[in-house]
Amino acid sequence: MSKFIETFKKMGNDSLNQDKRNQKIVFWLFLFPSLFSFAMVQIIPFAIGIYYSFTNWSATAQFSIDFVGLKNYFDAFQDPAFLYATIITSVYTILNIMLVNVIAFSLALLVTSQLKGRNIYRAGFFLPNIIGGIILGYIWQFIFNYFVPRIAAMAGFTYLAENLMLGNSNTAILAMVIVSTWQSAGYIMMIYVAALQNVPRDLIEAAQIDGANAWQRFRNITVPMVSQAFTVTLFLTLVNSFKQFDVNVSLTNGGPSTMFMGRAIKGTTLLAMNISDTSTISLNTAQAQAKAIIFFLVLVTFSLIQVYISKKREVEL
Amino acid sequence: MFKNINNRIILKNIAEMLTIGLVVLFLVPLFLVLINAAKTNNEIIQTPLSLPTDWSILWKNITNIWSNPNLRYSQALVNSTVITVFSLLGITIFSAMAAWVLLRTKTKTSMAIFMLFVAAMVIPFQVVMFPLVKWFGIFQSFTGIQMLRSYTGIIIAYIGFGSSLSIFMFHGFMKSIPHEIEEAAYMDGCGKFKTFFLIVLPILKPIYVTILILNGIWIWNDFLLPMLVLGKGTPVQTLPLAVNNFAGAFLVSWDLMMTAILMALVPIIVFFLMAQKHIIKGMVEGSVK
Repeated sequence: MSKFIETFKKMGNDSLNQDKRNQKIVFWLFLFPSLFSFAMVQIIPFAIGIYYSFTNWSATAQFSIDFVGLKNYFDAFQDPAFLYATIITSVYTILNIMLVNVIAFSLALLVTSQLKGRNIYRAGFFLPNIIGGIILGYIWQFIFNYFVPRIAAMAGFTYLAENLMLGNSNTAILAMVIVSTWQSAGYIMMIYVAALQNVPRDLIEAAQIDGANAWQRFRNITVPMVSQAFTVTLFLTLVNSFKQFDVNVSLTNGGPSTMFMGRAIKGTTLLAMNISDTSTISLNTAQAQAKAIIFFLVLVTFSLIQVYISKKREVEL
Repeated sequence: MFKNINNRIILKNIAEMLTIGLVVLFLVPLFLVLINAAKTNNEIIQTPLSLPTDWSILWKNITNIWSNPNLRYSQALVNSTVITVFSLLGITIFSAMAAWVLLRTKTKTSMAIFMLFVAAMVIPFQVVMFPLVKWFGIFQSFTGIQMLRSYTGIIIAYIGFGSSLSIFMFHGFMKSIPHEIEEAAYMDGCGKFKTFFLIVLPILKPIYVTILILNGIWIWNDFLLPMLVLGKGTPVQTLPLAVNNFAGAFLVSWDLMMTAILMALVPIIVFFLMAQKHIIKGMVEGSVK
């Protein structure tokens, strides 16, 4: 009898083990396609990339790739084009954050009021967002070169009529801000719309009955209620502006040139493009890699700050 | 009181007119593409603002672009479609599978793998792009599998880059599916595979619409990854890549450029008009997460 129970127990254990093993197989089987592709394009290149940033890896054919320590990082910080790109990217990012958010928030207020065609308007404002940066950069290149001078001449703005916006690096940066505002305002607007729709109507009505005027209602109810959305939109515009590449390529291709630290450099090259140019034009891929890692660390810092602010906000609410 | 109501109506009308004006302003660039695609190059340079005199030129320009050997539009359209469709299929099915086992297996390994996927979202493409090309080269010389300048490589790349956000979103959504449904299926003799494909996958419908749209628009418009993995002027070219190549040589002939742009815009705008609600909702949901 006891022998029988023993065998029975063992059978149970076996099938339990079998089940566990099956579960393990299923786990890895289901995970494999994603994990394999993910490793192929993210984990392995990331690891190789960190190593290569300490070597003399170049885009030309070379005998051996040698370790050079922190040289690429020091060189990056002494490269005028990289320093210039950092400054210009910061300027571009700040201008973009302000313009996109002011326009997006104003549009959101318009399309959440009781307008008849509000759904059509929303779609209209959103449409540019689904067009790729390369395509819309070329559309705007045409507009800045042929449309703007004519309109400016008709309206009597002589400066714009006689000078192309893309012909001067300062106005060309402004042109890039206009294009990316056109592209992303509708998208950011929809995030504000979602937040505005969550503001309880009875709260506003109650305030109205208590005699609060439109501005007071806006300032004391609407703005605090959508403050969560501000964290999201500011972060999104910040990161997207910082990573801008496509519009940069198709609108200005990094030019026109300007003087900086006594050297002629391309005047509208943002960081992402400078990284790319360092490898494709200067053929110094290792230095491009070091720049990319600096770029990465800055972005991680931004993300951590954003997470920190959101967490803090959540606690306060 | 009456005066107040009247004022309100006037204010509302002003707001309505203002908004319509703004929408028109927003869409002017696209309108300009359309009218200038129906002109000759001379007309564009002389009168970029006026309506075209002869719309038949539009058709002439379109046929010209369709068969232009420098742009190879029809081929780029097919390539873009194949890449987008297969990448999307891969991303949605594989990410859902991965998210499911990562959620239902409560081990340290599974936790760590999930965190790895999520953490990778902060890695900008610039950090991995050059090593990626190098690694694909090494991989193809060792295995013989063509990774660069091929569908295989770029589709694997999109599945890899798309998996982080998709797994994260599936994972979040699956938490709300009661575990009991799956247990019941299991009791009824469904294996893991059957349970997943017959029970779990259909429940995920609302979330995979979002995931398809988010990834679809990104892949369709993407430029830098195809440029690095496929290269310029190779047999496999996506639309943005083809337009960019074309612009390099034909930026002076704006009639051809405008038509090329118009034809690159048509597929995505048609798609937007058909699924506008889902697209806006999907893209906003994706951002907030």
